[in-house]
Amino acid sequence: MSTLEIRDLHVSVETKEGAKPILRGVDLTVASGETHAIMGPNGSGKSTLAYSLAGHPKYQITSGTVTLDGEDVLALSVDERARAGLFLAMQYPVEVPGVSVSNFLRTAKTAIDGTAPPLRSWVKDVRTAMDNLRMDPTFAERSVNEGFSGGEKKRHEILQMELLKPRFAILDETDSGLDVDALRVVSEGVNRVKAGGDVGVLLITHYTRILRYITPDFVHVFVDGKVAEEGGPELAERLENEGYDRFLTTSTSVL
Amino acid sequence: MTTTDTLSTDHSRATADGSHSHGVGPLPEASRGSRPTSFDVADFPVPNGREEEWRFAPVARLAPLFAADTDGVLSGHGVLTTVVEAPEVQVEIVDRDDARLGRAGEPGDRAAAVAWASFPRATIVTIPKEAVASAVTSIRIEGVEGAGTHEASLEPSATHLLVHAEALSQAVVVIDHLGHAALTETVEIVADEGAHLTVVTVHDWADGSVHASSHRLRIGRDATVKHIAVTLGGDVVRITPDAEFVGEGATVKMLGLYFADAGQHQEQRLFVDHAVPNCISRVTYKGALQGEGAHTVWVGDVLIRAAAEGTDTYELNRNLVLSDGARADSVPNLEIETGLIEGAGHASATGRFDDEQLFYLRARGIPESDARRLVVRGFFAELIHEIGVPDIEERLIGAIERELEKSMSVLDSLSEGHVDGSEVSLTTERA
Repeated sequence: MSTLEIRDLHVSVETKEGAKPILRGVDLTVASGETHAIMGPNGSGKSTLAYSLAGHPKYQITSGTVTLDGEDVLALSVDERARAGLFLAMQYPVEVPGVSVSNFLRTAKTAIDGTAPPLRSWVKDVRTAMDNLRMDPTFAERSVNEGFSGGEKKRHEILQMELLKPRFAILDETDSGLDVDALRVVSEGVNRVKAGGDVGVLLITHYTRILRYITPDFVHVFVDGKVAEEGGPELAERLENEGYDRFLTTSTSVL
Repeated sequence: MTTTDTLSTDHSRATADGSHSHGVGPLPEASRGSRPTSFDVADFPVPNGREEEWRFAPVARLAPLFAADTDGVLSGHGVLTTVVEAPEVQVEIVDRDDARLGRAGEPGDRAAAVAWASFPRATIVTIPKEAVASAVTSIRIEGVEGAGTHEASLEPSATHLLVHAEALSQAVVVIDHLGHAALTETVEIVADEGAHLTVVTVHDWADGSVHASSHRLRIGRDATVKHIAVTLGGDVVRITPDAEFVGEGATVKMLGLYFADAGQHQEQRLFVDHAVPNCISRVTYKGALQGEGAHTVWVGDVLIRAAAEGTDTYELNRNLVLSDGARADSVPNLEIETGLIEGAGHASATGRFDDEQLFYLRARGIPESDARRLVVRGFFAELIHEIGVPDIEERLIGAIERELEKSMSVLDSLSEGHVDGSEVSLTTERA
């Protein structure tokens, strides 16, 4: 049983006009086995939260804390965070030419576990996970993300999540750009990971349709860099019907 | 990839003949094809560094190869040539007046003319007509004077090698350069009708070595030549491969791989002369640089003459700059005198590590130094796999690993003291 705790997190990005605050005091607690949907309009800071947790250098933490079972996550480097059990499925996965998927996966697994996985069981695990995600076996010999379709990139992200077995997974708009079939395949992958262990999931999405496949325990609505409303799965349904207008009006009136 | 001001993508060297060009150099020529060539050293004054073909080169360091004080002739015996040939292949040591020598092109600069004027005896490697070599033919050119020292007390020397693949023959020839030497070298590569010839030249000299190498390729009808130039070691290495098509339907594939460390100058100037119709050329050179004063130069000239209808050509150069203080010059030139061609293109790019690539790999738990290794290996992987000679591929992968050990230890020492994610900013361009 683990807990990821985000307290009063403020994050800025550098722009030509100086530091621009994006997150303005985020509070969130995710426990193992829980799935939290983070919803919100474009520009509300959802992806900033995801990348800040992973340690992307573009985002400057100006105040607040993030702890994983009491350990200070913000003091860790990008790769240390991953080895501590954080995983970010990216919205725009990066191409790495000349590095094969199989080599990449094995290198990552070795880094996360601290020891190389036994070859025989590893090959089998990879094959099974790829089969489950309806990925062609030739995929393993392609360069990481190079020439992948949008759907292939997302499947590849979930493949990594299945194989690396993180304690907490942040899925940044994994549903974007997916057709219904691909969305179902990817969602099944996430549900397999959820069912197979105690992973805590932060599911970041603009739309509610992925929540038909992955049931959240909690829904948080992000507006203007902080949580504006929280509730159970019923909040997602309400957003589906009403959209974000209600929140946007509120924030505009504040300005 | 991010480009930075320590890099240069220089297009200023070009012809101004109204064809595809990138501006005018300091010494405009009507065409790359009209640049003087000659077997007579006297036709090439000692370079001062302002000449077009020497403007990137450290001419003072190359001076021993210009033989300014000895009328353009070197008399040193600083290298030893050893050949281990495939059973089907013939090797001869011949006098300099052998009629077979000097038939592929002509020297195009002072160092090449000195090489021609100076070599005492030449090595001829012949793959007889229709012979298919069952093994790699290995030629070892090794510096024998003062090996392993930094002293300049080298005997500047000249060598001449002819690799002749007769009609319909097939062979792989590997030329290794090692030890400590000051050497100007000619390599003639002649592929007769329908021959399939692969020549790999590896320059892995000891520190303190200076080397100029004129490769002159003469490619006959329907022949296919793969020319692979690898440069790793030596203070100054300058290779000038000239490829000339003399029969239709021929193909040349020119691959290059180089890795420059601090203080090294690695220069490659290619010229592909499409003088006859329906030939194909592909040029792919990739280099990595690290350390203060590491300098690489790639100049790729392609000329499609009016007669060369149906030509298909593409050249590409990529440079990966691994640290501050390194400089990569990359100059593609494409000159087209006929519109009736299949295709013609070039590409050049020089950049740093891609921070987003590193972030992606590190976000999967891979430590920064391992992530950098993965990216560099990946950068060269495709090129190495194109070589098609398994022994050489393995050797090069090993050589890159060794270079990476050097460069990563430099980078690791740089990133010490950086905690958290900010160490990525080592390679981040600050606006």
